[in-house]
Amino acid sequence: MATMRWLWRQLTSMRIALILLFLLALASVPGSIFPQRGTSPLRVSEFLKDNPTSGPILDRLYMFDVFASPWFASIYLLLFISLTGCVLPRALEHYKEVRSQPPAAPRNLSRLPVHMQWHSDSETAIVISDTAAAWKKRGWRVRQGEDWLSAEKGYARETGNLVFHLALLVLLIAVGFGGAVGYRGTVIVREDSGFANNVTQYDTFAPGRIFSADQLPPFSFELKKFTATFQRGGQQNGAPREFTAELLVKDDQTKQPRPVTVEVNHPLRTSGVTVYLVGHGFAPEFTIRDASGKVVWEDAAVFLPQDSAFTSSGVIKVPDTVPQLGIQGFFLPTVTNDFSKGPKSVFPAADDPTVYLSAYQGDLGLDSGMPQSVYRLDTKNMQRIGIEELAPGETWALPNSAGTLEFTGYREWASFVITKDPGKGWALGAAIASIVGLSLSLLIPRRRAWLRVTPTEDSGNLIEVAGLSKTEAPGLADEISQLAKLVKAPEAT
Amino acid sequence: MTVNETLAQASNAMVYGSMTAFTGAMAAFSISLAKGRRLEAIEVSAERASASHQVRMGSTATLDKPAVSTSVSDGEELGEGRRAGNIGMSLTWLGTLLLGAGIIFRGLSAGRAPIGNMYEFSLAGGFAVGLTYCLLSLSRDLRWLGLFITIPVLLDLGLAITVLYTESAQLVPALNSYWLAIHVTAAVVCLGAFTMGAALSCLYLVAQAAEDRVAAGMEPGRSAAIAQRIPSADRLDLMAYRIHAFMFPIWTFAVIAGAIWAEAAWGRYWGWDPKETWAFITWVIYAAYLHARATAGWRGKKAAYVAIAGYAAILFNYFIVNIFVQGLHSYSGL
Repeated sequence: MATMRWLWRQLTSMRIALILLFLLALASVPGSIFPQRGTSPLRVSEFLKDNPTSGPILDRLYMFDVFASPWFASIYLLLFISLTGCVLPRALEHYKEVRSQPPAAPRNLSRLPVHMQWHSDSETAIVISDTAAAWKKRGWRVRQGEDWLSAEKGYARETGNLVFHLALLVLLIAVGFGGAVGYRGTVIVREDSGFANNVTQYDTFAPGRIFSADQLPPFSFELKKFTATFQRGGQQNGAPREFTAELLVKDDQTKQPRPVTVEVNHPLRTSGVTVYLVGHGFAPEFTIRDASGKVVWEDAAVFLPQDSAFTSSGVIKVPDTVPQLGIQGFFLPTVTNDFSKGPKSVFPAADDPTVYLSAYQGDLGLDSGMPQSVYRLDTKNMQRIGIEELAPGETWALPNSAGTLEFTGYREWASFVITKDPGKGWALGAAIASIVGLSLSLLIPRRRAWLRVTPTEDSGNLIEVAGLSKTEAPGLADEISQLAKLVKAPEAT
Repeated sequence: MTVNETLAQASNAMVYGSMTAFTGAMAAFSISLAKGRRLEAIEVSAERASASHQVRMGSTATLDKPAVSTSVSDGEELGEGRRAGNIGMSLTWLGTLLLGAGIIFRGLSAGRAPIGNMYEFSLAGGFAVGLTYCLLSLSRDLRWLGLFITIPVLLDLGLAITVLYTESAQLVPALNSYWLAIHVTAAVVCLGAFTMGAALSCLYLVAQAAEDRVAAGMEPGRSAAIAQRIPSADRLDLMAYRIHAFMFPIWTFAVIAGAIWAEAAWGRYWGWDPKETWAFITWVIYAAYLHARATAGWRGKKAAYVAIAGYAAILFNYFIVNIFVQGLHSYSGL
């Protein structure tokens, strides 16, 4: 029992809080050095591939999930326990203090950091009561004695301090709550295609721990048009300038569709869900016919951008021909004649679109039961039958009489992040409360002032005014001399 | 919208002019410090426990203790270096105003808030340092601090025009939001004031080292040359604390404004992006500094080291994370 009490006292001491703060700062550092699964899972798998020995060890130490690791959690939980253990008793104490009167004036005011005195002929009782009224008007809490006043101001400092620390607790709870009941998904939508809010429609979907799929609000939208503009010329040639996605949104199935323009920084908000425009790319359109001229594939294939000039790569899988047909290729929005680095686009806008394709024949491997990426062609059981470069409208007669492939044009696609975070509002409220509390606690000084009237031998009174600041704020001397001027006791002449 | 090249070049000329003024200010402040008499006898430190404010009330005030002043802010005290200090002060004002004009012209040239890449942010940071110093010097004598303010400003501007320079241009869509003005301005103001706070904390350590040696009965040591020309350690510590305490809520605001913007732009208000992580680390270190100053055994030198560590985290976030770490805040334009 004694040990427990000792441990608790240690944990709630400022010294331990300080050490925990240092640990928290230190523990965050690896989260910025190593790639994190939460933000860049691809770079984590790359790192693991490049570092076969150190990678798994680092992974065991949660270096790729720092902010979800048990050791990070234990630091901030200890810190918050320490905070609670420190703040709750202080809140009680402050509550009592706010309800009670300032302590009586000390006997010897001249020992205080700010002190001034003069002689007056005014009567003690009148000086005391008049000054008390004047100081109260200035917002001081005044306690009146027979021949003294004791006043205090700046209670909001401690109130602010407590509000700030409690707001941090609320913030932590809001973050945890939002993460547990919310979700985050991503989806790529081509122009003239749609999305309905359903788990199966997402490309990636990360639900919170206690999320259930029936919480998905039933909205849907269609991407009518996506526009991207880029800087032309200058040092920042090709830098993006504007992205807009024009959507037709149905807030639920009974509502009429409404047009909405979604831009970066201007998400779509509907039924507690927010839809963000986060990326874009090209989807070249192809029509593939077999040897008999029958259309076996006709669609726009999503190609993923590889660089800032939108050199995009993608694949087409045609399972219904015998043998099966696979196309792997690049879409270049602006082609160049310089092929020293392979097919590379030189500008992100589709000024001179061209595709470079390789055709494969054989077994696509779709029946093996293993899930396959739609952006990857498994060429293990396939044979390359030819390569070709095509401009829009051109048709490639595939070798081995495998049919024809026509590059009919392209559409753009936009990628969206769709999130629901019910803790968001609470987090914002706590953040605002924390700033208000912090400002009060750091900018408002807590100070005391006293007045004492002592009879002197020559039938007059010695008037003393003194002040003490409990903090390091400047201006105490000025403030006390202001208070002294309010004392209704003119100097004896 | 296109970029107005004439205005962009005018902006560059003003930045060069500003650097010239700051260089002159640095030279003048150096002379001022070198020629200045000691501001304060270091021996005063032994008596600082009895230092006390005295307030004079009319002509009949009774001072019942000898007035011990730990404040040395009287212009007279600078002695011979006074004129040089005044020249330095005027040149600092000139440099700051020219820099401000350069930033405004840069914004006009592209028709947007001029805080869209590292070059522009560095100009704004230098301006914030200069302005904080100039404004604070209005109500107290800070000529002794001038050298330690102009040096970081010149380093910052030098890096800006050589390494970080980016042509005036439009913004990438992610930055195209009114939150740019709010979030980045708050961050720039903090950068400026924390630079001053760190300079004061460093000077405090120098002064404290000299005072500790005197208190231990030793010669003041090598740092005395500087320690003799700046205010007492206690006073420096207090000034540093006041700046940090005043800026901490603003830094908190800068981080929260960033979170609100991130919610609108990236779909989450906090995602441990490297820049966010280092903003958090900085916040935690400065929070630790404020706690350290209220913890027995941590006040004084240890707390000052914590404040300097906080500033190191800001610099790391600015130079290392912006340029070398891949993340969502990669707007350096390099």
